[in-house]
Amino acid sequence: MGLKSSPVLFHWLSRLPSRNFSTSRALLATKPVTMRDALNQAQDEEMQKDDRVFIMGEEVAQYDGAYKVTRGLWKKYGDKRVIDTPITEMGFSGLAVGAAMAGLRPICEFMTYNFALQAIDHVVNSAAKAFYMSAGLINVPIVFRGPNGASAGVAAQHSQCFAAWYSQCPGLKVVMPYTSEDAKGLLKSAIRDPDPVVVLEDELLYGLPFPMSDEALSPDFLVPIGKAKIEREGRHVTLVCAGRGNEHALGAAKILAGKGVECEIINLRSIRPLDFDTIARSIAKTHHLVTVEQGWPHCGIGAEICARVMESPSFFELDAPAWRVTGVDVPMPYSRTLEAMALPAPADVVAAVSAVLGNKISAVSSQ
Amino acid sequence: MNYVSDKMALKTGACVLRLNALRNAIRLLSTHTRPEVAQNNTKYAEFPGAKAPYVTEMKFLNESSYDPIPIYRVMDNNGNVLDIREEPRIDTEELKKMYKTMVQINQLDKILYESQRQGRISFYMTNYGEEGIHVGTTAALSPRDLIFCQYREVGVFLHRGVTITELINQCYGNHEDPGKGRQMPVHYGDKHRNLATISSPLATQMPQAVGAAYAFKRQPNNDRCVVCFFGDGAASEGDAFSAFNFAATLDCPVVLLCRNNGYAISTPTSEQYRGDGIAARGPALGIRTVRVDGTDTLAVYNAVQQARDYAIANNKPVLIEAMSYRVGHHSTSDDSTAYRSVEEIQKWTKDESPLQKFKLYLEAKGLWNPEEEKAMVKESRDTVVRTMQEAEKKKLPHWKEMFEDVYYDMPPRIQKQMKQMEEHLKKYPDKYPIDRYQSE
Repeated sequence: MGLKSSPVLFHWLSRLPSRNFSTSRALLATKPVTMRDALNQAQDEEMQKDDRVFIMGEEVAQYDGAYKVTRGLWKKYGDKRVIDTPITEMGFSGLAVGAAMAGLRPICEFMTYNFALQAIDHVVNSAAKAFYMSAGLINVPIVFRGPNGASAGVAAQHSQCFAAWYSQCPGLKVVMPYTSEDAKGLLKSAIRDPDPVVVLEDELLYGLPFPMSDEALSPDFLVPIGKAKIEREGRHVTLVCAGRGNEHALGAAKILAGKGVECEIINLRSIRPLDFDTIARSIAKTHHLVTVEQGWPHCGIGAEICARVMESPSFFELDAPAWRVTGVDVPMPYSRTLEAMALPAPADVVAAVSAVLGNKISAVSSQ
Repeated sequence: MNYVSDKMALKTGACVLRLNALRNAIRLLSTHTRPEVAQNNTKYAEFPGAKAPYVTEMKFLNESSYDPIPIYRVMDNNGNVLDIREEPRIDTEELKKMYKTMVQINQLDKILYESQRQGRISFYMTNYGEEGIHVGTTAALSPRDLIFCQYREVGVFLHRGVTITELINQCYGNHEDPGKGRQMPVHYGDKHRNLATISSPLATQMPQAVGAAYAFKRQPNNDRCVVCFFGDGAASEGDAFSAFNFAATLDCPVVLLCRNNGYAISTPTSEQYRGDGIAARGPALGIRTVRVDGTDTLAVYNAVQQARDYAIANNKPVLIEAMSYRVGHHSTSDDSTAYRSVEEIQKWTKDESPLQKFKLYLEAKGLWNPEEEKAMVKESRDTVVRTMQEAEKKKLPHWKEMFEDVYYDMPPRIQKQMKQMEEHLKKYPDKYPIDRYQSE
């Protein structure tokens, strides 16, 4: 654990009308809910449903969580089920693994995934492998969750995406919600899952309102782990996106639509298991592939998807080499302008799509 | 633990075994007469893991089995020295410098905290209530001693001679920032002044400090120690235990200095740990330990001075627990009135203020008066405001800096990118605000 800073941007994001719900709900049958509230709702509902579920982490109780994702839960469920811990990620994730082995269903909140590096032994060596190593006797139904990836203005030690790290590990499931619906449905599925699930949230999305349908607002709503969602249909190019990558892709799709290019956007939702079927079907339709993620390119999610395409009949469907849009291969700069440039933006996606469609990869890759 | 470290553990294990065998051999040769190693009716056990008397009465120990570790102090709240033999001999100029640094910390905190609120910098952390620990510690050390800070120790930097300009340049990340604008505000560092750069993840500095002390120890005629700051919350991290254990077992000249300020963000020490604080862990791990009143600058000075001498002379660690109170919020991301009362904060702002105590001490000695105080506060404040305004106007680091320092030797791929950037800028000089950046 480190500075536990929520940056300036977080403050003004949190001031966005997060609770200013639309009044035209009856007409639209959807209601904007922030990702923070959706995650909160998921935990609340699952705690209500199953008294084995409990939350532990730093500042999750009285303080309502460093990013207020556990707001109100301590008041409702008390000290026994919302537990503030001493500052030791290694300690409380180990403890959570033990509690899961003994039949409870812990939700382990990391103040940010940057601090979870301290606990990665328990996630990778204990939680992920216990079922296999115990010959199927001991499963570890546990949820590790917290903000992952770049925030704003908090520099290299607080701004990195761990999706590729965790998803490399057999035994773990890794999900990355983009919308409030994803967040609620995936977290609920994760809590009910018999295996350890790593839920990678995004601090910059916490305060953003996303429309949620009545169905998604109901306590029975689940999003299956391992299924991608077509966020937007199109026929010219497939954009496979992880987490906030969807935001950039959707932004790019709008611009490209003006130029007559229709993008198909696949919101991966789960990084492991990876829904390759949905990707393959889309490639068979569009014959062009671009991946979008926030993390580093080297051995990243995009690299994995490209490799799977190479190893499958999808390769023959491609009319041009695939292209990855990723975070830049550098430790995150503190400078605001450099930080913005180190992260993917819609313009990068537009450039990548144009290059792939125009078969001009060499022009882009020389940059 | 991976394979390599397993192997290392085996090696060290073998080494320890060999040493123990040697020790036993020596003991066999030399202790024929010691009654406790008599063959029969042994009263003193000699297990490898514990040498202790045997008893027939079972007794569990708990925290109330011991008296709490007392808190050493030199002054009372009015700055009166309680026992004249304990008054440190610090020359007049140094005493005044110490107080000035404390005032300067306050003014720096006040203005930079506000500047964060105004959106001029992204983050800040204040030091209120802990100024005495910073200054007392630094004054008692040699400038050659290496200090690892946690993040709430700006007074250490100031008293070591880091200028207000350098500190503010860091917070503003301009081209004069010694950290090249790469870190969040308050992540100061100064290799030449033997101040390790602050790292965000908590407690990582602790095993690192022990490692640095180990390196010092290996140098012939070593006269340097390492001082490592950490908080009551950081002490819960696994790294803290590893640091304690390695400091003791590797006999490292390191002073582990806990700033116990009562809170880790909102978590009070009553939820952070049980038992007699951080100090109680020292003797348990074989570390010489003292607990001091961290609001008493002279007590901190004495403790650090003695700890330093002992650590260097004996190649041993020392643990100091400096008790204080975090008067300010945790950081600019926190509003502490949500979890503690205003009355509680006020008590520590007034009666227990380290500045107040030290000022009264100086006044009683005739070294300080209200006029000087007034002038000093104004000067400190003006310096900060002026420096801040200058810092805002300074150019940003050279664009080439963004390619530097990820690898010791720049990889060809990055060299190529830099060259492309250079050509690009030559071609489109009017498209970039290049005049805002430092040029060659």
